[in-house]
Amino acid sequence: MKAADSAKPVGIEVSLAIAEAVKLAEAEVVAAYPITPQTHIVEHLSDLVANGELNAEYVPVESEQSAMSACMGSSAAGARTFTATSSQGLIYMAEMVFIAPMMRLPIVMAVANRAISAPLNIWNDHSDVMSIRDCGWIQIFAENGQEATDMSIISFRIAEDKNVMMPVILNLDGFTLSHFIEPILFPEQDKVRQYLPPYVTDHKLDVKKPMSMGLLGGPEYFTEAKKAANDALLASKPYVTKAFDEFAKIFGRQYKLVESYRTEDAETIIVSMGSISETAMVAVDEMRAAGEKVGLVRLRLWRPFPVEELRAAIGGAKYLAVVDRHFTPGFPEGPVATEIRALMYHEENRPRISNFLLGLGGRDVPRNHFQYIVERAKEIGSTGRQGHFEMVGVNE
Amino acid sequence: MKYLNSMEVPFEKVTAKTFPKGPDSLAPGHRACQGCGEVLALRLLMKALGREFMAVSATGCMEVCTGPFPQSAWEMPWIHVAFENAAAVASGVDAGNTILRRKGKLPDKRIPVVAIGGDGGTADIGIQALSGALERYHENFTYICLDNEAYMNTGIQRSSATPFGASTTTSPAGKLSKGQSTWKKNMPAIAAAHNIPYVATASPAFHLDMMNKIRRAAAIPGPAYIHVYAPCPTGWRMKAELSVESARLAVNSRVFPLYEIIDGQYVLNKKVDNPIPVADYLKAQGRFRHLTPEDVAAITERVNHEYEYIAKMSEAFNGPRF
Repeated sequence: MKAADSAKPVGIEVSLAIAEAVKLAEAEVVAAYPITPQTHIVEHLSDLVANGELNAEYVPVESEQSAMSACMGSSAAGARTFTATSSQGLIYMAEMVFIAPMMRLPIVMAVANRAISAPLNIWNDHSDVMSIRDCGWIQIFAENGQEATDMSIISFRIAEDKNVMMPVILNLDGFTLSHFIEPILFPEQDKVRQYLPPYVTDHKLDVKKPMSMGLLGGPEYFTEAKKAANDALLASKPYVTKAFDEFAKIFGRQYKLVESYRTEDAETIIVSMGSISETAMVAVDEMRAAGEKVGLVRLRLWRPFPVEELRAAIGGAKYLAVVDRHFTPGFPEGPVATEIRALMYHEENRPRISNFLLGLGGRDVPRNHFQYIVERAKEIGSTGRQGHFEMVGVNE
Repeated sequence: MKYLNSMEVPFEKVTAKTFPKGPDSLAPGHRACQGCGEVLALRLLMKALGREFMAVSATGCMEVCTGPFPQSAWEMPWIHVAFENAAAVASGVDAGNTILRRKGKLPDKRIPVVAIGGDGGTADIGIQALSGALERYHENFTYICLDNEAYMNTGIQRSSATPFGASTTTSPAGKLSKGQSTWKKNMPAIAAAHNIPYVATASPAFHLDMMNKIRRAAAIPGPAYIHVYAPCPTGWRMKAELSVESARLAVNSRVFPLYEIIDGQYVLNKKVDNPIPVADYLKAQGRFRHLTPEDVAAITERVNHEYEYIAKMSEAFNGPRF
């Protein structure tokens, strides 16, 4: 596969495109364990290493827990490090996931989002990554193949920024994005080098300048350590924007923390994350054509949460239809809605927020689901009610 | 043997005359208990390898007592991530060093990476990560198990390396119990089953032997496993000053034979033709206090059986390999 350096779009499976982008980013260590639907990414990376197209160490670990452990080791040694996982794998590695940002190791991990068992299900929703929501990583959701490809390069730039030094999770929907063949524009290698210089750091294990990493933090230091890491995560936001802006300058594709689609004068706004947003845009077009004042706001950056950007994007909408792809058992709604509701609570003119659970475990989300949730958000919202939650399309 | 001529990390034998002088790279002031056999082993590791290596610790006594922020006893590069994953972290460190060396970002010189775990972190929760790392054959990888025969850091709970009959907080002796009811897991044999070039047992009571094994492990390209007998006076309910003596008794009673497995071939390093009674080894330790003479006889039989297995395996091969 010679996909790189294309001036014209190349038809390629998104997983393979991500691997090609990781090659363009010249990752130095890849440690990964197979799990559907992530495997095509690391299979292709193995190929690239085996063929000498990517000068890297591929560590075929025996579990996801060891994948993240090896990634922390190689990143601590000063090597640019990539891994990918999904679902049960992410949960299995969770213990290590929480440690990486505390050690300020700029690992990039693609997560092909998939449901969590039980019942066993290999298909797409967001329950894997939402289960580790508080892991402290920078978290990005890609919408389509081009974005997933570009973000695979941008994520390293963000992670390794001296002002950031935080690991980045790149979420892409399993199957519905990872396994689709899309037309992809690949950045040119020398331009990628200009955008993403080789990783050089003093924050590493070095026999000449010894450092102890991962010390015990007792009650007198733990709070401070957590605050320092959180401060760093919050402070990374402008550097995420900067990485997006500089990418646009070189490659012409501009990304924002929060994307708005046809939200001008919108009365109702759908809020979504990930590839489902492409379906939502088509649905918005159809509703707009029918005279409905509806728009879409998409969260690209999930952590650190783009608070101001989201508030600005929602603007003066009367009704929000917030989509969740994961729910919180025992609580009246999903995590995205809960956060948005909390953030909007103190606003003077806050919209009526309804929450809809869509597309669990690969359940198809057709356009009419978006028409339905807009109708419901208006119907419930116009009664003045807050806190509506609905699982859409449940067969009873 | 192919690797003996291509050692980039030179093997220099330590003798009483060449014993490294001066402070080692584990600073004083750590919080280990009096008489700790693990910290003694760590210091021998430091004396053996100096400062030109990287260490990875599993969570446990040694990690906790050497690294309470903002202090660290480690005067060479050191990393701790979690309990069960020291072998995986070390394999990542080696992978990172390897690619950086290949790209010219590091000097073209092997850097030994030494993962250190306790018996719980090795034989129980860490065995998967260890097995993976050994099987993947990382070139500069050495794993040292500091075996004090129970989960001491959490308060003396039994592990699969706890010997038969030992009373721990989760295998207590009682009316219906003789303490630990299972025989110690044979970790050196498990490590050797991965077809790695070097496996050894070592004891801090035989410090030159131990240091040379560590140097050998670091020098050989390919993964190595060293199983260190590390007395824990606190957990064994034993006087602190008996720590080294109990380590010596363990070897001289055949309880803990000193041997190497080089390319799969056993080499018994210390023949014990006239062992001291196992009872003499057991009696100093409170964890065995409840055992009856019949129990001790059963343990002695097992100890002799395991020793003879190694002696016979050693005899089956033609002499020492180095």
